[in-house]
Formats: sequence, C-alpha cells, structure tokens
Amino acid sequence: MSGHSKEFPITWGMVIDIDKCTGCGACMASCQTENNIEPQPEASNKLRSTSWMLVYELTNDKAFPNHDIAFLPRPCQQCGNPPCVSVCPVIATDKNEDGGIVSQVYPRCIGCRYCVAACPYHVRYFGWYDPIWPEGMEKTLSPLTSVRPRGVVEKCSFCHHRWNLAKDAARAQGKNPDSLDDGAYVTACVQNCPSGALSFGDLKNPKHKVHELIKSPNAFRLLERLGTNTQVYYISRREWVRKLGDNYLKSE
Amino acid sequence: MSFIESEKTWYPEGVTRCGLGKFTGWLGVLGFIGLLGLVSMLWIFYRGIGVTGLDNYFGFGLWITFDLAVIALGAGAFFTGLIRYIIGVDELKNIINLTVIKGFICYSGAMLILSLDVGQPLRAWFGYWHPNVHSMLTEVIFCITCYLMVLIIEYIPLILEQKQLNKIPFLHNLAHQMHVVMPLFAGIGAFLSTFHQGSLGGMYGVMFARPYAFREGFFIWPWTFFLFVLSAIASGPCLTVLICGFMEKVSGRQLTTYRIKSLMAKIGGTMLLIYTVFKYLDTWAWINGVLPKAGLTFDQMFYGLVYGKWLFFTEMVLCLPLPVVFLLTPLRKKPAFMYSGAILACLGVVINRYVFTVQALAQPVLPFTQWQIYTPNWAEWLTSLMVIAYGFIVMSLSYRYLPIFPQEVGLNKK
Ligand code: SF4
Ligand code: SF4
Repeated sequence: MSGHSKEFPITWGMVIDIDKCTGCGACMASCQTENNIEPQPEASNKLRSTSWMLVYELTNDKAFPNHDIAFLPRPCQQCGNPPCVSVCPVIATDKNEDGGIVSQVYPRCIGCRYCVAACPYHVRYFGWYDPIWPEGMEKTLSPLTSVRPRGVVEKCSFCHHRWNLAKDAARAQGKNPDSLDDGAYVTACVQNCPSGALSFGDLKNPKHKVHELIKSPNAFRLLERLGTNTQVYYISRREWVRKLGDNYLKSE
Repeated sequence: MSFIESEKTWYPEGVTRCGLGKFTGWLGVLGFIGLLGLVSMLWIFYRGIGVTGLDNYFGFGLWITFDLAVIALGAGAFFTGLIRYIIGVDELKNIINLTVIKGFICYSGAMLILSLDVGQPLRAWFGYWHPNVHSMLTEVIFCITCYLMVLIIEYIPLILEQKQLNKIPFLHNLAHQMHVVMPLFAGIGAFLSTFHQGSLGGMYGVMFARPYAFREGFFIWPWTFFLFVLSAIASGPCLTVLICGFMEKVSGRQLTTYRIKSLMAKIGGTMLLIYTVFKYLDTWAWINGVLPKAGLTFDQMFYGLVYGKWLFFTEMVLCLPLPVVFLLTPLRKKPAFMYSGAILACLGVVINRYVFTVQALAQPVLPFTQWQIYTPNWAEWLTSLMVIAYGFIVMSLSYRYLPIFPQEVGLNKK
C-alpha cells in the first residue's frame, strides 16, 4: 500500500481488551471532559456529534442462543502509516517523533476535511458550530487542552498534554523523562475505565505491560490489511470478534 | 440618444440581439436565483457550515461533487486552447472564445464554492503559506488558483474587444498585445490544468484506506490521476458543443458552423475512446486487485438506490461506449446523435465525480459500520444554483456585448 510507516523509539499505544469492556461509556465521558469537548447541542445526530472516543457495539448476527455481542472502544488509532497525514494540504496534522502520536494543529487547520475522508476509522470530527458552554459550565474547562473554534477538524491525541505533565514530574523526581515508568503517563479513558479493559504504555518498552499484551495470539488491529499499521491493539478470545476487526472474505 | 438606443451601440458589429426588456427579464430571473444563493452563502459564512447537510461521515458532498464535475467540464478551455494554439488547428478559433468564457465561469464558480466549503475560509491561503508537498490537495490549490488567473488573462482581451471599449486606443493596443502572447498562456494553462485535473483524481486515488477510491499507480500518481485528466478532456469539448447548441437554440441564431461543433465533438469522442479503454482496464484491476486485497467484494461497493449498481452500469456502459459510437462514427453528422453523445459523455463524468466523492465515503470500510445516506440540503443546493445562475449571467452578457463568435455575422446574413 502507499505511504510508508514511520518508526519512533517511543511508541505510545493502547491495548483494548474487548472481552472485558462492558460498554459503560466511562471512557467516552472522561475523554469528553478531559479534552474540553463541547456539550453537544444535538447529540441524537450521531453523524454530527463529537466523541473522540466512541464505543461501538458489535454483534455476531446470530439468533439466540448463539447470539453474542461485544463492545469496541475506538480512539484515534494513531496509525503508523496514517492515511490522514499525507493528504492534509497545510500540515495541520502530522506524525512526528512525539511518541508516534498523530498531532492535530487547530490554528493551522483550514477545515477542508480531506483527512476526514481519508481516515477509515471515523475518528476525525469537524466543528460544525461554534462551541458553546452553558452558563457556569465554562468553569469545568480544562486549562490543559485548547478549545477548538468551529470549522476545524479535531481528534483524539492520546491526551498528549498528560505526557508533558508526566515528563515534568519525572524530571522533578530526577528520573529520565524519555523512559517513563509504566503507568506514569496514561490517557483519561484508560485511567477511568472501571473494568480495566484499557491499557496504555510504550509499545517498545519491555517494562511496560502493553509491550507484552500486543504479543498475545488474541491481539489484532483494526483493518490491518489496509496497511495503516495502527498503534491501538485489540484483544479478544472470541474468533468472530477478531475476524470482525478486518474485512474477512467468506472464503478466508 | 435614449438608453435603449445607446445600448444597441454596445453590440458586436453587424449582429442583432433581442430587446432590452426581454434581456432584462432573463437577467432578472437569473439574478433572483443568484440572490437566493447569495443570501444562503452569507448565512453559511455567518453560521458556519453546520447549516449544510454535511456531517462527520460525509465531509465531502454536493459541493465537492459539483466542483469536480464543473472543473472537469470546464476543461474544454485548456484542451481546446492547446489544440488551437500549440497544435495549430486553426479552425477552432471560431469556438475558442466560448471555451475560454466557459472555463472562466467553471473555475471561478468552483472557487466560490470551495471558499464556502472550507471550514475556515479566512485561512484558505495557508495552502500557500504552509504547503504540504505530499498532498494532492496542495497541488490542486496551487494549480486552480494559478489557472484561474490564466483564464482571467485570457478573458480580458475578449472584454477589451467590445466595440465601444475597443475604440479607446490604449485598450485596443492592450487587447492586441495580449492576443500576441496568448499561445504562451494557452501553454501555461494547459500545463496547470492538466496537473490539477490529475491531482483532483489523485486526491481520491491516494486514499489507500478507502478501497472504493484507492488505486495503485505509476510513481506517485494513482491511476485516477490519469483517468481524471482523460475524462476531463473528453467531456470538456462535449460541454462546449452543448453550450453552443443551447445558445443557438435560445438566440435563434447560428453561431458557428455545424462543422466546427462536429470537430469539437470528434475531439471529445476521440478522448472518450482512449478514456474508455483505460477506465475499463482500471475497473478490472480494481475489482480483481484492490478490492480482494482489502477484503472486500464488488457487491459490497453498492447499496440501495442512491449507491446502486445502476450508477456503475450507467457510467460504464451508457456513458462510455455509446457516446463513443455516437461521436466517432458518421452518426455524428446527425445533430440528434451528436448532442445525445455529448450529453451522455458529460453525464458520465458527473456520475464518476459523484461516486468518487460521495459513494467512496458512504461505503463502509470498518466491517461493523453501515452504509450512510447523505442528502444535500437547501444551503448546498441554493449556493450551487447560484453558481449556475452566475454562469448563465456571465455567458449572457458576454454573448450580448462581446464579439465572441467570429462566424455569427456571416452565418446569419439574410
Ligand atoms: S485513525 Fe484516522 S485520524 Fe487517527 S491516525 Fe489513523 S487515519 Fe489518522
Ligand atoms: S481538515 Fe484540517 S487537518 Fe484535515 S486535511 Fe484539511 S487542513 Fe488538514
């Protein structure tokens, strides 16, 4: 496939155990508050609402008693070979050495939505209206994340600001900020997941749990065969779930 | 001299035009449509594009389809210019002015829509300031803006040739000098236009995670790059023929000989034949290469009525081989065949641009997502209609006051 993957010494990644996820939506809510996502005026329109972290419901499409469902939380997959980056005309989104996190520079984005078209995971959200916080609620805004104006594209950044905080904390303790302890930097969704379905860490660091987790035979990535080479891994012991992660032909 | 009388002195030498009242009525209707569009445009600028029918699933919709189609159909300008000035087919001088105006209308109209379509119109110039050289869209931004300037440069001498303006010695000389350098601009225009027609196709072909649109290719260019160029130069001349035919019908006057229109139709048909061959090869490679590699089948690419297979077959069968036959065989001598061939060729390119922009996004790539339907709303329709009305107004004014058809006087002698 086109493009080329970029490799970085630190590669932040998420591992999501689908079998543990109960679909409670705590990750979605924590993401919403952590990242100053505006309260949605019309959240019933799922194609217009913003939710950097979204939980999908999967089904095996079988009748009872063989019916089975699963929940799949979906942050930005932080593709190693991101379809969204090369298409942006103004380098508003980029994959740089920052732990392999695909950045999004709001003041530079012109809102052409080409990246939205290129990303197959639907993780990119466009600001259709000016964000409005109901009176009093603006006090809940986090000073760590910028508020987006309307007309730009936004997406999950693995709570990048938390990485900076973790590095500062490490420096203050005289530790190496480039080799954080496991758990020193986690995203809001990972921190708040009550069932422990989400794990986060440096995929390349053997001291981090995720380094082992992704080697599991039950681990898979979404749309692997398209060559996006994502940094988010999923785990499921159920074969139908694993198969649903990629477009399997009937013959396969 | 009354105003009605003096208005007549603005007509090109030796022609007749309809009464001023009738013409004002015609402009009034168009102006009303344009005004509705203008109001929606201002509303969109004020409220943001949340007022449209676009959503996070369909970042691209009617506007982009409209842009791509209009730009492809406007391609007659660069290609006709190339044949006329560079290859030296002198006969085309009788229709070149029309193609230049058409090109100008199409490109300026597309720019208008694009300025609406970006979420942050005031940042549109960032494409020049922070360009990403890897993005096909950067190339499109560069080429479209530059090419519009070329079209303006090509349009100006036409305006300066207006009877009254041309009496002013300075303007007369300026027009003359500009005509002298026109082959240079035709060359620059052809270069720019070829590239962005290609990049527009490339924009979709490089979306490697969208198997509906993705194509393997040659060097950095996916096949869609070349297909878009070819389909544009096939349909562009066809639209010129249609516009010319339409203007003749409306004005009741013959503007060019049938021979010229037929020559344009033949050029379009020839390009369409080449395009058809490559499009068929491309489709075959897509069905047997790209799709299975992505784990998808041909059947999974279509859904319901709006994304149905009928679109595919209309584009591939009705709008390719059929017009090729109509436009390249002696059938072309009959107006009914020539015009329907041209209509089909244009329709084909519109369908092609629609499926590449909308269907490519509607087709679910994530296995657990579903087809989504996109419906443009009034804000998109009205602004698109505004551009069409604007095109009609510019063309009507140009026809009434500018000597754009060198054969008109001769052909309409009583
Ligand atoms: S998931 Fe989408 S937005 Fe995130 S890096 Fe991949 S293509 Fe880009
Ligand atoms: S919407 Fe913004 S980030 Fe996306 S491609 Fe356009 S300019 Fe780049």
